[in-house]
Amino acid sequence: MTGLITEPNIAGVDDIYERLIAMHADASTEESLKLAARLNLILINHIGDPAVVAEAITLAAQRRKGKPR
Amino acid sequence: MANVANIPVWRDIGAAPHPAASLQQAPLVIVGAGPVGLAMALDLGRRGHPVVLLAQLDFVAAGSKAICFAKRSLDIFDRLGVGDAMVEKGVVWNVGKVFWGNREEPVFQFDMLPVKNQKRPGFINIQQYHVEDRLIDALGALPNVDLRWGHRLGGVETHADGVRVTVETAEGSYRIDAEWLIACDGSRSAVRDALGLDFEGRVFEDNFLIADVKMKGDRPSERWFWFDPPFNPGQSALMHKQPDDVWRLDFQLGWNIDREAAVKPENVDPLVRAMLGDDVEYEPEWYSVYTFQCRRMARFVHGRVVFAGDSAHLVSPFGARGCNGGLADVDNLGWKLDLILKGEAGAVLLESYDTEAIAIADENILNSSRSTDFMTPKTAASSAYRDAVLELANELPFARPFVNSGRLSTAVALPASPLNTPDADDWRGAGIAPGFPALDAPLGTGWLLESLGAGFTLIADGWADGATAAAADGFALIEPGTGDDVLRARYAIEPGTACLVRPDHYVCARWRHPDADAVRAAIARAKGKEL
Ligand SMILES: Cc1cc2nc3c(=O)[nH]c(=O)nc-3n(C[C@H](O)[C@H](O)[C@H](O)COP(=O)(O)OP(=O)(O)OC[C@H]3O[C@@H](n4cnc5c(N)ncnc54)[C@H](O)[C@@H]3O)c2cc1C
Repeated sequence: MTGLITEPNIAGVDDIYERLIAMHADASTEESLKLAARLNLILINHIGDPAVVAEAITLAAQRRKGKPR
Repeated sequence: MANVANIPVWRDIGAAPHPAASLQQAPLVIVGAGPVGLAMALDLGRRGHPVVLLAQLDFVAAGSKAICFAKRSLDIFDRLGVGDAMVEKGVVWNVGKVFWGNREEPVFQFDMLPVKNQKRPGFINIQQYHVEDRLIDALGALPNVDLRWGHRLGGVETHADGVRVTVETAEGSYRIDAEWLIACDGSRSAVRDALGLDFEGRVFEDNFLIADVKMKGDRPSERWFWFDPPFNPGQSALMHKQPDDVWRLDFQLGWNIDREAAVKPENVDPLVRAMLGDDVEYEPEWYSVYTFQCRRMARFVHGRVVFAGDSAHLVSPFGARGCNGGLADVDNLGWKLDLILKGEAGAVLLESYDTEAIAIADENILNSSRSTDFMTPKTAASSAYRDAVLELANELPFARPFVNSGRLSTAVALPASPLNTPDADDWRGAGIAPGFPALDAPLGTGWLLESLGAGFTLIADGWADGATAAAADGFALIEPGTGDDVLRARYAIEPGTACLVRPDHYVCARWRHPDADAVRAAIARAKGKEL
């Protein structure tokens, strides 16, 4: 079974983090939301496994009070 | 019943006389002569049952409601003998295009009939009153259907084995004792109210303007949908062709608007102008504002009262699932009630109408709600996702399937239905599994779906006992010929294979090598023996 990977899985995380932040530099909150949405959609398609994506959404939503849909 | 509500008239008919006896008997009363009630009466009438159909109005109403009728509905109309009449009048279309902002090219395009080689197209557009007209004409040929114009259902009393209804006419009221009452009386169902029942679910708040206009010109018969077009910034819009040079223009208005002002020609015309351009000549046909709900009743069967169409479930118009969903109810209910009335099945078979029609309604509501959420984002994040999807769809193919401007109505699969006989053989994913709608295919010089009868049909290839079993157990037999390769491929037919199709054209069982007992058991199961 290949579920969602939650162990470290990629090298150069500082570099990636910096790029992520830089992508949002000078963006309004609205623009940022859309950039994040674009990135999410691109990555979701790349992952290509609806079960893994659903697991990731559930995990991300655990920070919120209500239950994810 | 004069036209108290000032409803626009499409065709005047005139009230039916008040009956002589003030208490009447009828096996079946259908309430409501909208498309669902009319089709229901046609189905049961063609099966030979005496039907009383109550219509509160004494005319066919004009005004624009449904226009898009899906292939599945056309197949149902074919079974009811009115398919050709609908398609001859309707505008055939298969392609939908989605535009965004001021880009000239569509960001996305779809084909409503991806599987070719079927008798009917993906969709036709035809005004609801034209549909009603054709159903009424067909009913006129049935002496056993008593269509009572201007007879309004006033009250309902239910008993264990029947229903007593009170009917109001301009000349006073009378009563009917019926074995079964089918409520097809629309979203404000009087039957639902009389039984103290209600809808559950979600209500949406948005306003849409319908402008049906008459104009000439040779625009293609495709569904054109815009997100955020320059002529209606920040909102959506739709343009669709109907018969008689009528076009449906639909503009999202947002909420917090003055609905009365919104339909005034001086406010509509600038929108229409902006969409069509200054040089196009048009005449207004019908302007109205609508809002919508996505809700259904908890159950559709309440003893001897059965609900179908808008009286049972409501969806937003995006996806054209309202009337098409109602016709699916008719299809599902007709043969079941027929068997019950003939004593070939117990009333318990209606439990399967409840589960199957609810499964269909739920899929329609789910799709409709999702379209609505995509089109009218409720949060900053959902707007961001929507815009991101449209932006990406314009650039990259992967994002196009995310675009949801209304997933259009198709036949709903019922894999979990208790009427199915689950597969015992290994089909390796091929063919059509129990619970899935039969797919059309060429058959000889005609088509498979038009060859299916009003009862159960077995599509069997080279099963020696087929004819004997069919004669003994009262089902029809279709044996594909040598040239019927498309049919063989679609149903994964090999020598010996047999596939059982229900009267409403759903596959309910199949075998690599059947025997008569297995077929008999599957038919019994589909008639509700195990319920
Ligand atoms: C703007 C708009 C666009 C739409 N577009 C589409 C589309 O493209 N495709 C689609 O599939 N659907 C569409 N729909 C939905 C579609 O119009 C409805 O789903 C459809 O009309 C339902 O048919 P019905 O027969 O159940 O109910 P109705 O059409 O509402 O008919 C009910 C009938 O019952 C009668 N009645 C009511 N009370 C009584 C009583 N007490 N006694 C006797 N008679 C009574 C009424 O007079 C009426 O004739 C659209 C709806 C709207 C508003």
